[in-house]
Amino acid sequence: MSMKHTAALAALLLVSATPFARAADKPTDPQIAHIAYTAGVIDVEAAKLAIEKSKTKDVVDFANDMVRDHEAVNVQALDLVKKLKVTPEDNATSQALSKAAQEERAKLAKLEGAAFDKAYVANEVAYHKQVNGALETLLIPSAENGELKTLLETGLKIFQGHQQHAEHVAGMLK
Amino acid sequence: MKAGVLIRPLAGALALALVASPALTATIEVTIDKLVFTPASIEAKVGDTIEWVNKDAFAHTATEKGRWEVMIPPKSKGRITLKKAEAVDYFCRFHPNMKGHLDVGP
Ligand SMILES: [Cu+2]
Repeated sequence: MSMKHTAALAALLLVSATPFARAADKPTDPQIAHIAYTAGVIDVEAAKLAIEKSKTKDVVDFANDMVRDHEAVNVQALDLVKKLKVTPEDNATSQALSKAAQEERAKLAKLEGAAFDKAYVANEVAYHKQVNGALETLLIPSAENGELKTLLETGLKIFQGHQQHAEHVAGMLK
Repeated sequence: MKAGVLIRPLAGALALALVASPALTATIEVTIDKLVFTPASIEAKVGDTIEWVNKDAFAHTATEKGRWEVMIPPKSKGRITLKKAEAVDYFCRFHPNMKGHLDVGP
């Protein structure tokens, strides 16, 4: 095995703790669409839990912002796949994301009050960071269709904005 | 120029009158598209109106921390009339990575 291959393998092993590691093979456009859509749905579900459980206005407001934005992105994503006649394709990355999210929601569901607020917002920061990384390094570079790429780039700006917004809310909770 | 010297004491009062007259104020448009304010930096005068035109499907704000906030709903507009000569950095509260700047002259 050449040095180059060893380095590539090492890089793979390093990132294998995240759900996105399984997408080491370049994902196809139908897979990318599915991953991006799933990533949005996950954040909406977490937000709905926060709206239900939190009594802190800043947290509930933030969660409402997440629902509104991610639902809007996903409407655009659905319109685009329809227009491109692409059927989003389920894949290992989407499944790993959903599984990790389910576990996180189960953890959050057991928390109450300030402990819930803190854990939810901390997870929002971490989750948006993770999705940003995947968009930048994997999903956007892999997208073949120009319109899909543009939508992902807008999605990246939304996610980056949410990460900063979540960091701001986390600061207020301290 | 002699005339200029004579007129100068009047210039301040005249400028005030001009500012007070709505016909001479401008509406300056800032477009929001894909989470970007364009132009990002605006030069304006007291009395001018800034109008943000949101082409996105997302709600945005133009916010100066702790002072004012304009809500700009999706596919809609928001506006503010400038009341003070100052330099202002503003951002979107929902997406703090969106930043803009106003240079408001007297
Ligand atoms: Cu915004």
